[in-house]
Amino acid sequence: MAFTAGLVVASFATFRVFLPGLLEGALITIQITVGGCVLAVIMAFVAAIAKMYGPWPVRWLANSYIEIFRGTSALVQLFWLFFVLPHFGILLEPITVAIVALGLNVGAYGAEVVRGAIISVHRGQWEAATALNMTRMTALRRIIVPQAIVRMIPPWGNLFIELLKATSLVSLITISDLTFKAQQMNQTTFRTLEIFTIVLVFYLAIASVITVAMRALEERAARGVARGRA
Amino acid sequence: MSTSDAPSANGEPMVRFEKVTKSYGALTVLDELDLDIAAGEKVAIIGPSGSGKTTVLRMLMTLETINDGVIWVEGEPLTHMQRNGGLVPADARHLRRIRGKIGMVFQHFNLFPHMTALKNCMEAPVMVLGMPKREAEKRASELLEMVGLGDKLGHYPSQLSGGQQQRVAIARACAMRPKIMLFDEVTSALDPELVGEVLSVIRKLGAEHDLTMLMVTHQMGFAKEFADRVCFFYAGKIAEQGPPEQIFGAPKNERTQQFLSAVLEAG
Amino acid sequence: MIWDWGYAWEIIPILAKASIVTIEATLLGFALAATFGLLLAILRMSQSNWVSVPTAGFVEFIRSTPLLIQIFFIFFVFPEFGVNLSAMTAGVLALGVHYGTYCSEVYRAGLANIPRGQWEASTALNLSLYHTFRDVIVPQAIPPVVPALGNYLVALFKETPLLSAIAVLELMQTAKILGSENFRYTEPITLVGIFFLIFSLITAAGIRQVEYWLHRREGF
Repeated sequence: MAFTAGLVVASFATFRVFLPGLLEGALITIQITVGGCVLAVIMAFVAAIAKMYGPWPVRWLANSYIEIFRGTSALVQLFWLFFVLPHFGILLEPITVAIVALGLNVGAYGAEVVRGAIISVHRGQWEAATALNMTRMTALRRIIVPQAIVRMIPPWGNLFIELLKATSLVSLITISDLTFKAQQMNQTTFRTLEIFTIVLVFYLAIASVITVAMRALEERAARGVARGRA
Repeated sequence: MSTSDAPSANGEPMVRFEKVTKSYGALTVLDELDLDIAAGEKVAIIGPSGSGKTTVLRMLMTLETINDGVIWVEGEPLTHMQRNGGLVPADARHLRRIRGKIGMVFQHFNLFPHMTALKNCMEAPVMVLGMPKREAEKRASELLEMVGLGDKLGHYPSQLSGGQQQRVAIARACAMRPKIMLFDEVTSALDPELVGEVLSVIRKLGAEHDLTMLMVTHQMGFAKEFADRVCFFYAGKIAEQGPPEQIFGAPKNERTQQFLSAVLEAG
Repeated sequence: MIWDWGYAWEIIPILAKASIVTIEATLLGFALAATFGLLLAILRMSQSNWVSVPTAGFVEFIRSTPLLIQIFFIFFVFPEFGVNLSAMTAGVLALGVHYGTYCSEVYRAGLANIPRGQWEASTALNLSLYHTFRDVIVPQAIPPVVPALGNYLVALFKETPLLSAIAVLELMQTAKILGSENFRYTEPITLVGIFFLIFSLITAAGIRQVEYWLHRREGF
């Protein structure tokens, strides 16, 4: 009984002591998550459309990008960009490397999500667009993609959470994110249980924010399609 | 058994199918089809399923490629281009130029669900013809007025009945001012009580505008009253064609008789 | 120079040995994940809320938080309770638990797709719950979900480099050591990347093959 009470008290104390450092780390984590997600969405659309509609060299390029970044490990990609790029004369801030690596990685998975959603739009829509003499790009832009976006949102939500989890890897290239701070504090105080539990809850909190945001987005996007006030 | 003695108006036919063949692998859907359609003519295409009737429309709308033969529109080849005195397969730009003369209304409407009725009818004129928005809006509302939906401009397709959606689809196709309108079984997906409103719009269209109309239909009564000519398709060829009185009243071909009696029995 | 072939050839044998550790971790981790996942899925189906709700909570918690932290957690926390785990054991445990939650979602979908009639027939035949699961439900639930499980096998395989954070001598850790010893990271890390690419392409093809066999047996 006393032990549990002591644990609870100690946890609160721990919490207050560690909070500032962890919040700093959380800020970095969120920065990298947001940057990575934006890049991922851009890469996914570019790659998906290149793969489906581009001339064959472009298609080949898009396919290679997708296969390589999906077929190798995120950590390997992160390390490669971090350790190897300098040899080619490209010097980037570690955070930039992190955003690029994670954005490219999740973007490759996202390309399949985009492709799947575009394909799922009913063929009749393409035919109607053709009958109205639209070019393929116009049809894609005005008719197909707007309808595809609603279907994309749940899988993108999952991918964004994957990206959030992947940001913990950047602690291994010395970026002071949430995981790095946790490790740091663990080394100095060895209050492992409390620190890591708190950190896990932090991640869960950020993940929940993403989930809620995606659900709201889905509702807004579906509104135009399904209902609408006369 | 394909006949090419179709009546043609003054000079060039509006549409000409010249020995057009379409196959899917081993299955031949259209077999060296010859068909001429005059400007302003209203042609009804009837026949059992699998006879190739829808394919005729889809090829004209460039939704399907052809395997052999040439389709001509207003004296120009649609599926091919003139090059050095010969014909080569058409490129995308050529297709788009000729395609602009043709419009189509689909069995399942294919309205854009994320746009209102008005926007559906404005989209193509603005995006394809480069029409300024205000002008497109005016034209769209006039057309929707004409099909009897002037009060539903801001409605989304999901808020409209099947008949209303199909009428929007007709208005949408008209907005591009095609010379040739294709109707692919446009009432087959409708509840029976909604069929009439769509047919009257088509009737109105035929009366008020000088459109060449090609329709695949099961509405025999409508075809009898509206069409100038009826073509009966069977197994990828035109088994018989002629004015409605002949086809419905005194069909010469045995298959035509069989089909019509089966349809009449189904009532 | 950009790429030193001599160096590359030199380190390939070393990396090959390390890849065995990677494969070991993958297979052990997946074996744990596949079984633990099934257990979680069955617990989730429990009639009692006292069992199903905490299980669901556990699954959500683990799925939504980083594997790396879970690895650290297991590696650093267990000793505090007197259990000393080797880095490899801790790593495999973390992988198994983390991917077990993913697998449990896959199993859940598979189990949910079993028509209610199968359960009812088992009840009518008076089969025990254990036998129902073992002989009727699970054999039908597994084949359709094999591709999804296979995808997680590949995903698990690609996350084994995280074990380098607790110094397991798998491919990534070995590459880092080689890199720092010889001051050249390009070759080791690129070779590791290529190893992974080849392995995952082979595994993906293997999964398609397994899918094909399963479908042939069922006479689809």
